[in-house]
Amino acid sequence: MIWNEFNECMSREEMRNLQSERLCETVERVYHNVPFYRKKMQEIGLEPGDIRGIEDLNKLPFTTKKDLRDNYPFGLFAVPISEVMRVHASSGTTGKPTVVGYSRKDIATWSEVVARCLCAAGVKKKDIIQIAYGYGLFTGGLGLHYGSEKVGATVIPISGGNTKKQIQIMIDLKSTVLACTPSYALYLAEAIEEMGIDPKELSLRVGIFGAEPWTEEMRKEIERKLHLKAIDIFGLSEIIGPGVSCECEMQNGLHIHEDHFIPETIDPDSLNSVSEGETGELVFTTVTKEALPLIRYRTGDLTVLNHKTCQCGRTLTRMEKCKGRSDDMLIIRGVNIFPSQIESVLLNMGETKPHYLLIVDRINNLDTLEVWVEVDEIFFSDEIKRLESLSAKIKHQIESTLGISVKVKLVEPKTIERSEGKSKRVIDKRKL
Amino acid sequence: MLIKQLSVFLENKSGRLTEVTKTLGDLDINISALSIADTTEYGILRMILTDPDKGYKALKEKGFSVRLTDVLCIATPHTPGALAKALDILSKNGISVEYMYAFEVGQKALVVIKTADNQKTIDTIVAHKNEMELINADEICQI
Ligand SMILES: [Zn+2]
Repeated sequence: MIWNEFNECMSREEMRNLQSERLCETVERVYHNVPFYRKKMQEIGLEPGDIRGIEDLNKLPFTTKKDLRDNYPFGLFAVPISEVMRVHASSGTTGKPTVVGYSRKDIATWSEVVARCLCAAGVKKKDIIQIAYGYGLFTGGLGLHYGSEKVGATVIPISGGNTKKQIQIMIDLKSTVLACTPSYALYLAEAIEEMGIDPKELSLRVGIFGAEPWTEEMRKEIERKLHLKAIDIFGLSEIIGPGVSCECEMQNGLHIHEDHFIPETIDPDSLNSVSEGETGELVFTTVTKEALPLIRYRTGDLTVLNHKTCQCGRTLTRMEKCKGRSDDMLIIRGVNIFPSQIESVLLNMGETKPHYLLIVDRINNLDTLEVWVEVDEIFFSDEIKRLESLSAKIKHQIESTLGISVKVKLVEPKTIERSEGKSKRVIDKRKL
Repeated sequence: MLIKQLSVFLENKSGRLTEVTKTLGDLDINISALSIADTTEYGILRMILTDPDKGYKALKEKGFSVRLTDVLCIATPHTPGALAKALDILSKNGISVEYMYAFEVGQKALVVIKTADNQKTIDTIVAHKNEMELINADEICQI
């Protein structure tokens, strides 16, 4: 079934016309309502009238996560705060989060796109959906919640964590759909196995998994262990949250809701568009959002776009599962982390030269982050308690900045490999 | 009175202790006393050397995190209860011991001790000549 056949199956030409019309409106609006965009456009001598359609999209300036940070918290909003119905936030690189806002219409748009995703994944009104994404500032929980309500499914807003309770509820309430991060799905699967429960006795049939990168191997393992169809959902809070794109039952690329979010793929160095079928950095322009419209927002995710009509009947452009990042951002337990955040914590403490190494791993299906810090002579104390308190202090500072738990390991100087004077900062053992 | 102790930060991995001792050995530096304080992941090696400055330089060049710390060495009679008596005196004089390690030499027990206040410790020991005495660096190294 297709939730919105009109918008999801329109011809390429109709889609381009709709996108063009909405793009022009958006550019007009941001030029007048967001000083940041007006200034950026004036700097390159661009007026709203110069954008006559989607063919002019590449004349527009880019927006980056840094721009959101520099204009923290509401600087890029295009409506007065009285029109903002909700905010969400994600952790940022300098301790400050990135704040995103939604008008009443934005919440409706978000519910609509998530409803499309669920419908494409095969979720129906009669389903019971267990939402094990975190509820709160993170967009995962509430995003899925509103879309599920729109579909008319029965929502269990259990939020993340508390594995035993998750399994109990799953059995007793006969949940048919599970929504969470793929790594948590695997974690649950293993807990179910350990409890001696046969997954066939569960009622699960569909999984809506996203908020972190995962592989085809993980998909197979989850599908086998939980006895369901695992669907990949993609999104980022800056654009709207989960629901920017989602797989259909073909599981062959994620359909982008491009009537709301126009996708492009660019070469991260030259910033020119890459040709169809080539890997590039995913860039979105939101064309219906009111509170926080973003022009050519660079996501940092690498993917390939495919404009061909899908077997499911949708004409919506598909993106491949993300292939990595054009920057050094890590996604750990659904949280975006930049190595520079850890570097600035260490520098601010002033007790260590920031020679550090991040070791990311997936142990028992949960992402782990270990931070190795070289014990430099400047702060080497010959008393264990001083070293222990140093390591506890580093751990505390990093955790309060990143919002996830980490393990800190003190290592000997020169343990961390230097290349051309710079250290290799990250070892990601997750094989994503 | 003060003795320079050389401390080295060591990760708990094989071969590190060998490398330290070999480096010192190659330079003809003798280890008079040694102790290791360890946690699950790392340890601190503390040593009294015949030439602490030379040892410091050599290990630093090898990339170890090293530090010279002033400690004291006390000698007590090598009889049951002697150490307890000495520690009791220090404690009653408000001296808290950060760490210590001991070894016996003939009739005497030698205790390397690190306290928060070296001068106060020296004064206290000197005032209790019957229970303990201070040993100089060269005395330990000649043992
Ligand atoms: Zn499809």
